[in-house]
Amino acid sequence: MIRSDVLKSIIPVITDELVICNIGLPSQELYMLDDQPSNFYMLGTMGLSSSIGLGLALAQPEKVIAIDGDGSVLTNFGTLPTIANNVADNFVLLIIDNGSYGSTGDQPTYAGLKTSLTAVAEACGCENVVECQAEDTAAELKKALESNQMTIIVCKCESGNIPVKVIEMDPVVIRDRFMKEVARRGA
Amino acid sequence: MASTISERIVDDLVAGGIDFVTTVPCKQLAGVIDVIEKDDRVFHIPSNKEDEGMGLCAGAYMGGKRPCIIMQNTAIGVTINTLATLIQYYHIPLPMLISYRGELGEPVACQVEMAVHTKPLLAQMGIPTFHFHKDSDVEELGEILKYTQMCKKPTAILTDASFWKGY
Repeated sequence: MIRSDVLKSIIPVITDELVICNIGLPSQELYMLDDQPSNFYMLGTMGLSSSIGLGLALAQPEKVIAIDGDGSVLTNFGTLPTIANNVADNFVLLIIDNGSYGSTGDQPTYAGLKTSLTAVAEACGCENVVECQAEDTAAELKKALESNQMTIIVCKCESGNIPVKVIEMDPVVIRDRFMKEVARRGA
Repeated sequence: MASTISERIVDDLVAGGIDFVTTVPCKQLAGVIDVIEKDDRVFHIPSNKEDEGMGLCAGAYMGGKRPCIIMQNTAIGVTINTLATLIQYYHIPLPMLISYRGELGEPVACQVEMAVHTKPLLAQMGIPTFHFHKDSDVEELGEILKYTQMCKKPTAILTDASFWKGY
């Protein structure tokens, strides 16, 4: 399974949840598969999906799933200690780890070589870290959401991409639509 | 009444609705960070890097909070991309309380290297910038916070060594 297969497999689990989605192909794929007001698409700023997700989870009680990639977590490594030390039990970080920088031409990341993001997350102090194979991601995500405990899932999948269109929605529209959805749930 | 300038600043932040603050420390900001950490009216989350902090602020804003980031001016060099493609692109109001190192009284020569770039970079980015130099400049903080929410932009509040009475 490649990332787009993983995303497709988790749609039934995430469709009603607040989702922060990583820049580039992951956001474009999610937009194509299941566009929702509860999805926040990153159009820029590599690395910050987990930070935006944690900030959102700490700010309000609804569950939040941040979809991130191995390359993005490597870019913003400082996020893992911050997550570990500021536990939000309504937060799930899903790292889709395909061992490559998918949006830029599938260059290998260190996570696909010697570096284990699972081990790094644990070393940073994260308490519920689950590594799974791609086909088990939906089940692990469902379990994490039901556990009411902050969880980091590292999903190991294959590298590869499908053709997708860029998102033409205006960033302020994405943000405003998402904020209204967050507010509606809190009302 | 606030007895120190740091307490006054935090009281003004709270009065301006700020309830979520992320910080990356600077010696000059130690007093403010200390007051924020002890103040239950504000959720304080230290960041490891300022762009990470801006991500936290963006998420908190979308969750209904009013965030603020506290950092050193060297962070302008770290956060240009995040300011342009996240905070400005998505119209997120973000007051940035910044220690303006490298101005008169600075003992560390290297701080001058980023000080000379601070205002030109902020100007190039189109970021409304305010400079606290004299004691009385702090009186504008409340208005700056209102202005930031009104225009939904990042704003920079540079606080120099003269304002802080040395290092």
